[in-house]
Amino acid sequence: MKTNDVILQTVAKVVVFLILTFSVFLFFAGHNNPGGGFIGGLMTAAALVLLALAFDLQTIRKVVPVDFRKVMAIGLMIALLTGIGSLVLDVPFLSHTFGHFDLPLLGDTELATATLFDLGVYLAVVGVTMTIILSIGEDH
Amino acid sequence: MSLLHFAILAPFIYAIAVPFFRKYIRGVHTGWFVLPVPALLFAYFISRVPDVQGGHKELSTVQWIPSMDLNFTAYLDGLGLMFALLITGIGALVVLYSIYYLGKDKEAIHSFYVYLLMFMGAMLGVVLSDNLIVLYGFWELTSLSSFLLIAFWNERAKSRYGAQKSMLITVFGGFAMLAGFVLLYIMTGTFSIREIIGSLDVVTGHALFLPAMLLVLLGAFTKSAQFPFHIWLPDAMEAPTPVSAYLHSATMVKAGIYLVARMTPVFAGAAEWFWLVTGVGLITLIWGSFSAVKQTDLKAILAFSTISQLGLIMSLLGMGSAAVYYGLSDESALYTKATLAAVFHLINHATFKGALFMVVGIVDHETGTRDIRRLGGLINFMPITFTFALIGSFSMAGLPPFNGFLSKEMFFTAALNVMHLEIFNVETWGILIPVTAWLASVFTFVYSMILVFKTFTGKYQPEKLDVKPHEAPLGLLLPPAVLISLVIVFGLFPNILSYRIIEPAMASILPSLLMPGDIFEVKIHFWHGWTDEIFMTIGVIALGMLLYLLLDRWSGLYGKLPQKLTLNTFYDRGLFYLDRWANRGTRSYMTGSVRDYLIYIFTFMILILGYVLFRTDSVRWYSGELAEISIYEFVLVLVMVAAALAVPFARSRVTAIILVGAVGYIVTLFFVILRAPDLALTQMIVETVSVALFLLCFYHLPKLKKEMSHMRFKLGNFLVAAGVGAIMTLIALSANDTRLFTTISDYFVEGSYELSGGKNVVNVILVDFRGFDTLLEIAVLGIASLGIFAMIKLRLERKNPAAALTSSSKPDKGSKRRKGRSA
Repeated sequence: MKTNDVILQTVAKVVVFLILTFSVFLFFAGHNNPGGGFIGGLMTAAALVLLALAFDLQTIRKVVPVDFRKVMAIGLMIALLTGIGSLVLDVPFLSHTFGHFDLPLLGDTELATATLFDLGVYLAVVGVTMTIILSIGEDH
Repeated sequence: MSLLHFAILAPFIYAIAVPFFRKYIRGVHTGWFVLPVPALLFAYFISRVPDVQGGHKELSTVQWIPSMDLNFTAYLDGLGLMFALLITGIGALVVLYSIYYLGKDKEAIHSFYVYLLMFMGAMLGVVLSDNLIVLYGFWELTSLSSFLLIAFWNERAKSRYGAQKSMLITVFGGFAMLAGFVLLYIMTGTFSIREIIGSLDVVTGHALFLPAMLLVLLGAFTKSAQFPFHIWLPDAMEAPTPVSAYLHSATMVKAGIYLVARMTPVFAGAAEWFWLVTGVGLITLIWGSFSAVKQTDLKAILAFSTISQLGLIMSLLGMGSAAVYYGLSDESALYTKATLAAVFHLINHATFKGALFMVVGIVDHETGTRDIRRLGGLINFMPITFTFALIGSFSMAGLPPFNGFLSKEMFFTAALNVMHLEIFNVETWGILIPVTAWLASVFTFVYSMILVFKTFTGKYQPEKLDVKPHEAPLGLLLPPAVLISLVIVFGLFPNILSYRIIEPAMASILPSLLMPGDIFEVKIHFWHGWTDEIFMTIGVIALGMLLYLLLDRWSGLYGKLPQKLTLNTFYDRGLFYLDRWANRGTRSYMTGSVRDYLIYIFTFMILILGYVLFRTDSVRWYSGELAEISIYEFVLVLVMVAAALAVPFARSRVTAIILVGAVGYIVTLFFVILRAPDLALTQMIVETVSVALFLLCFYHLPKLKKEMSHMRFKLGNFLVAAGVGAIMTLIALSANDTRLFTTISDYFVEGSYELSGGKNVVNVILVDFRGFDTLLEIAVLGIASLGIFAMIKLRLERKNPAAALTSSSKPDKGSKRRKGRSA
């Protein structure tokens, strides 16, 4: 029996964006407040799972037309390249640095290479979680 | 790298070329290309005779692993030279013989010659190496090449059985010998035989002296087919006859003799050495000759005869070792005659036994059988072969005027001399030595007569033979002809050998009996007057004739011997039960059940951790300052313990999953209380995901046999679980109390903002201080997800069910379970 999920779907359309925003917040807050790439990635995956529950897996494929295995690979690659980058500057592997910059719009902003590494973690976690869930979900 | 090194390695190098001769020059028998190698080597070693006779000893070293005192030191002295001449000389004849014996097109002759050359090189390496480890390496190479040669016709089950048997026994001895060498190294600090002999005062009386001697002797006895390790030799007769002639009569089986002779300067003088070598040699002598009489296969007769003759040589070496005890005195001269007899008989045996094997090969080749019950009356068809067999057998039986007669007389002399020995308790048991020797000689006489007369005389039985016998071609007759003529020449003119070969060889075996520059004076007399020995020989002939003529009357005796007590049965049963018990032993604990393995792992964990904990007296109860327990913690612990305890008692699996989830969420709360927000967030989400996955697994459980019963109670499991819990709690408590240094966390807290620009210490540690861990952890996650993806999408099992089953021979519970889940 096909149930009418109109309430769930309507709510999901709003809530998914709230969760995504929260996950981005968590990701950026990570350096100074609780949060970080890992939790942010899991939250993003949670938003996508909600989408999958409200609609179906095809919708996810259509709305987010990426191969999550590639996302995972890209995440791992970013994390690795962040580490290798420090070798170019003749410092040990995975040495991070940070600095304060005066950016337009944002004003005084702290930028850290650790955030780049965290981005890798974030993408890897999203990729991993979605690969697992989609693999299991599409299994018959 | 001297010429001597090259001589040892030449057969190995040449072996590489042999397959190419076979492949590209098919018209010519490959053996013709191999023949020059032993011939040239023989010529080279002959050219060294005058040098060695003059007391010159060639020594040259090639560094191999100098840091471990392992160098390839080639050493040429009288003993080594004698063996090298035997190896290359008989090697050349055997190669010549094999050219006519093995068909050019029917057999894989390239393999044959590769193995044979490999054996030749290895054997030369054994007798010419001064370094014990190098000697051991070559020793095992002879075992290996012998294994390959015995199984040359590997499509026959008996060949494979014989090869395996000889491999197991000789390699067993080889390992023992290696252990003995290592003990010698521990005592003296060198692997060089010369240096070990040079530091004898350390070895003699050392606590390891006896173990080293026993282990080295074990190696020598197994290789030389001494009782009770002789059982491999008769089964090795499945090899092609040239191989039997070369390896299993003239050369390889004498490696053990060589080792005993080589080690005589180290060990001789001890009563254990005397009695072991003499005793085992005599037992082998009588048992071999006794068993040879009942054989019906010509090669089996020769195999047991070889065993018996090797025992004779071995016992002579044992008797000769008594001379070392007396050192440089007149009494020792009496016993050196035994060593002389050993060396002389070694050469004699190689000549007549090699010839006899070739003769048997000819008979086999020309009639198609080696069974003496089917043979007879061949004298008219093969007169030349008969002549060779007659001379060889008479020499083996110890009849004049052949060389066997001389060495047998010397053997009797030695056995009689030993009775005068006043050491090693010889006066009590010594009388047995000449008696055994004499009895064994009687049996030797009987089987020698059987060998020649049952085959060549008597009634010709054409109906039992597949082909009409005729005289062998010249090529097959030439090698035994050479050996037979040597039998006669050495018999009539024994002193050709004495000065050139035997004296230097004796000087190597008994160096302590010579003043520097001195030599043994050996003169072998053909006729030595009316002595006891000559009467003993007459007795042997008389009783032997009687026994041979009455053979039918008493040979039934052999059938009455209990078959179950033979050594072969013992060996076969031993292997069978070893296999069966090992199988049973393994099966008794490798049950295939993961539950059992977990019990082993946890039991060992409890035992080892518990032992260490109590043995080192490390159990501590908290003594220092501890944080106060808040009411929240107290309540949460109570709830968590309740949830965890409820899991085993849950009736349905869903309940169990929910309870596990509850424990997880309480852990989240703990993280909150203990002020770990990042952990709390992660724990919450991960817990949610894993509970969802558990439910997913639960949903997909197969419908068949779905039991909703709760877990059965098992006392063993309970004890193991309780033990693990108790041990880990003890360790945690003890570890908490013994904090050896302050933590590093202060550094992280202080450095977090200044060094890394972040205020979230946890995150800074994860991405910056210890980013490397994180990098690998996300890699782990990636691998896990790919694993799940592969497991679900690829499904090798469904496409090809056979592939999943090949890992286990029968479909056990595990594979059923796997199939069930994928259904």
